Amino acid sequence: MNLLDIVLCTPLAGFLLTLFLPRGKPQWVKAFTLAVSIAAFALSIGLAMGFNSGSSKLQFVTDFIWNASPEIHYHVGLDGISLWLVILSTLLTPIAILVSWRSIDNRVKEFFGLLLLLEFGLVGVFAAFDLFLFYIFWEVCLVPMYFLIGIWGHERRIYAAVKFFLYTMAGSVLMLAGIIFIYNRAGTFNYSSILDMLGSGRLSFTTGEEMLLFLAFFLAFAIKVPLFPLHTWLPDAHVEAPTAGSLMLASVMLKMGTYGLIRFCLPMFPGASRQCAPWIVILAIIGIIYGALVALVQPNMKKLVAYSSVSHLGFVVLGIFSFTQMGLDGAVYQMLNHGISTGALFIVVGFLYQRRHSLEIKDYGGVATVAPWLSTAFLITTLASIGLPTLNNFVGEFLVLQGSAQANFRWTVFASLGVILSACYMLWLYQRVFFGETPEGVRHHMHDLNLREWVAIVPLIILMAWMGTGPQTFLPPVSSSTAHLLEQSKMNVPLRVHAAPAPPINVVAEARHAH
Amino acid sequence: MPTNMAPSSAEVLRFLPEIILAVMGTLIMVLDPLVRGRSPKIFGHISIVTMLAAIGASVYAYSNPGPAFSAMLMVDGFATFFRVLVLGVGILAVLSSYRFLDREKAETGEYHALILFSLVGQCVMVTANELIMIFIGLEISSIATYVLAGYLRDDKRANEAALKYFLLGSFATAFLLYGIAIIYGVTGTTNLSAIRNVLSNPSTAPGGAVVGAAVALMFVGLGFKVSGAPFQIWAPDVYQGAPTPVTAFMSAGPKAAAFAVFLRIFMTAFETVGTGWEPLVWVSALLSMTIGNFAALVQQNIKRMLAYSSIAHAGYVLVALAARSEIGTSAAMFYLAAYAMMNVGAFAVVAHLSGKGERRLSLNDFAGLGIKQPLTAAMLTIFLLSFIGVPLTAGFFGKFYIFKAALQSNLVWLTVLGLLNSAVAAYYYLRILVVMYMHEPGEATLAVEPLSFGLRAALILPAIGTFVLGIFPSALLQFADKSSIFGR
Repeated sequence: MNLLDIVLCTPLAGFLLTLFLPRGKPQWVKAFTLAVSIAAFALSIGLAMGFNSGSSKLQFVTDFIWNASPEIHYHVGLDGISLWLVILSTLLTPIAILVSWRSIDNRVKEFFGLLLLLEFGLVGVFAAFDLFLFYIFWEVCLVPMYFLIGIWGHERRIYAAVKFFLYTMAGSVLMLAGIIFIYNRAGTFNYSSILDMLGSGRLSFTTGEEMLLFLAFFLAFAIKVPLFPLHTWLPDAHVEAPTAGSLMLASVMLKMGTYGLIRFCLPMFPGASRQCAPWIVILAIIGIIYGALVALVQPNMKKLVAYSSVSHLGFVVLGIFSFTQMGLDGAVYQMLNHGISTGALFIVVGFLYQRRHSLEIKDYGGVATVAPWLSTAFLITTLASIGLPTLNNFVGEFLVLQGSAQANFRWTVFASLGVILSACYMLWLYQRVFFGETPEGVRHHMHDLNLREWVAIVPLIILMAWMGTGPQTFLPPVSSSTAHLLEQSKMNVPLRVHAAPAPPINVVAEARHAH
Repeated sequence: MPTNMAPSSAEVLRFLPEIILAVMGTLIMVLDPLVRGRSPKIFGHISIVTMLAAIGASVYAYSNPGPAFSAMLMVDGFATFFRVLVLGVGILAVLSSYRFLDREKAETGEYHALILFSLVGQCVMVTANELIMIFIGLEISSIATYVLAGYLRDDKRANEAALKYFLLGSFATAFLLYGIAIIYGVTGTTNLSAIRNVLSNPSTAPGGAVVGAAVALMFVGLGFKVSGAPFQIWAPDVYQGAPTPVTAFMSAGPKAAAFAVFLRIFMTAFETVGTGWEPLVWVSALLSMTIGNFAALVQQNIKRMLAYSSIAHAGYVLVALAARSEIGTSAAMFYLAAYAMMNVGAFAVVAHLSGKGERRLSLNDFAGLGIKQPLTAAMLTIFLLSFIGVPLTAGFFGKFYIFKAALQSNLVWLTVLGLLNSAVAAYYYLRILVVMYMHEPGEATLAVEPLSFGLRAALILPAIGTFVLGIFPSALLQFADKSSIFGR
């Protein structure tokens, strides 16, 4: 049992113990779950410390047979891509508990217990290296989030919760079919062995099979990302969820989709990925621009942030399907950035909601005079979100745009529009909420951050600055893993492309030629 | 023909579970007038002990597997699996019946005797290796179940259910019998292995049309018993009208036994003509899943919804049959075990909630159950998640094994349509969860009585089983794998 197993088991043990806590003592439940989640986070810091960032090998591996027939392994480990995502999950769970401290007062035990169960699922998704185990964690995440939205959400919560569940379920059953198909061919669910077999030619799919398998996986991930036009569940789910739900959903659960694309689609179905890339990129760019435009006209703050996620995640998908080292690095980095800055946005919007009990922008104004520190926190988050240099999103967006320019410069031109638009909708939002006349409702209800809220938001703000100014702390493990991944998927032709930007059709041809 | 017709002691031992059940069932009938009214629960206790003894006898019988009574019965792993399964369903049904019988002031003696007789029939069905025995077992089981469905004599719906079940059931049995007659006519035997030998030998095989007609007729009869589409019309009405514990019993036990017969006949006797019947099963599987799931979407009555869901689940098992492989057979066995647990558990919750006269059966009557009775709601949640097929529950591995078998037999379209179906199904199971956890408690949940001991056991045992099979499925699956080659 190594450190990763402990990080994975801590929230599960915490969840099970929470079930036995007395119902009449909500404070105990909150304190206990907070302690568990902080412990899990502290342990996960140990993962980063002990991680050898020069190596692209799996680290902290545990592998034993969980189920004999068919042979399903409990096979977990970390590479540079999953390392930070695991830490992101463990970081945001205590923050989610903190921001829910006051706002959740009914069925406290269930709420905080489910947050821990969700953390278990999320860490598992990013650590699983067995297809079957991955699928299980993937589905395990679904149940707590469904309840978080459906029980503690806002008015239309039931509609949103059911929609969320069904969209994800519809996508994932086809992935299950794909997983079974691969198992029937390969005789194993083990991710590394499947890649080895694919690499050595012992396992191969016909072009048609590969395309169908790719689509089965891709659909599940694209729904989760969400890629335009499969995004319609997202605004509903984000808006109706309680703050902690929106936070976990936006910051971590959406990453399950992009992580899946990187982890499974690219290396396992390289041919189909390349074939579909132009179409996927078009969808990603539509998502970037469409998400930003819709965000621009939203009267509801949470909906605005939700559509901004559609736009930001478009960048991630663009980076992934540029098939360049930079694009992939940027995509992974942008996944973390989006987790932190959009998470922070949902948190500060949650702070506002808790005071004024409204998400409508028109109900606000002049908050800056009443709550200066809250406004400052919001401002930094806003600036991070629009990609101001020295803050985190800038690094990620830059890498993605650079990578996509290596692949096809036209993509970069269109995607850059999204950066400009993001400044428009975010700054306009900031202006309407924090400046101008202070309505009576705001003056009456608004107060500045309290200690608990400080504790929740400050770590994220520190990270925004740190990741914006010191990417060399975070990028090396990512780069070595993405480089390895590109190699595995035989798409490693960035230098050639760099010399002469060419559409990916030619890249395929060149790659074939090179081999 | 064996010269010595008297069965050997080993053969009698192989038949011990049925003997125990039949003797004790009769004993209860005899005792009933003696203790009438004084201690009504005693019969429940007796029948539980009887079923436990029968399970013990089944396991013991498996220590020396083999044929019995001129190979009319075959005690193999397959038979043992299903014997234990139907007896387990019987125990859970009896556990959830205590409170029901008490509440409705119903006679307890006959009730338990009928359950035991029905189990005798099911045990004979799953052990039978010969068409006549299968028919006899089916009739013993069915007739007892017809009576159970109408057990509340004064209830109009129960009467309608019993009559409908009886008439349509007899009609279906006639089809089965017709098929048996034709097969006997053309092959000269009713023994499954012998039929297989005749059909597989080109020099003795009868004309394809006759065999096809016989297979089709038997398919109709068995399709009715497992409530597979297009022979499912009776199921919603009967499931809705019958007393809920009886519904729990007959939607799991007799159905599992009927599937056992289905698998045994089609995978032994008719295996060699498999290409002929595969399209039949394929269509029926798809129809069952689709009709079941889509009809369940719009139901307001919880029993009707579960009835349609059970049609859909029959469809999944038919997918496994359509795979025509040993893996398919073992997947079907696993699924039936998983399904039995979640289904009996879910119906036990309905029985608990419905109240006297079973008036509270609308979906809205579950409103706020999660607040009022967290344990009951949590148990039902586990069963519903298992129905949906969420990982770490038995239902998930059940579906996984079935579709794995189907893909291995290249039934790609059936797999994709089946999996999409299970996504559709998630919607109506979620509706129950929504009402239970996301609505405020209503009149029905506020009036709900505390969980009785029997019901508590009838909920917790299958919930534990659902988790155990969902986390460590391989032990049961390995047994099913081993048993899926039958005794041949």
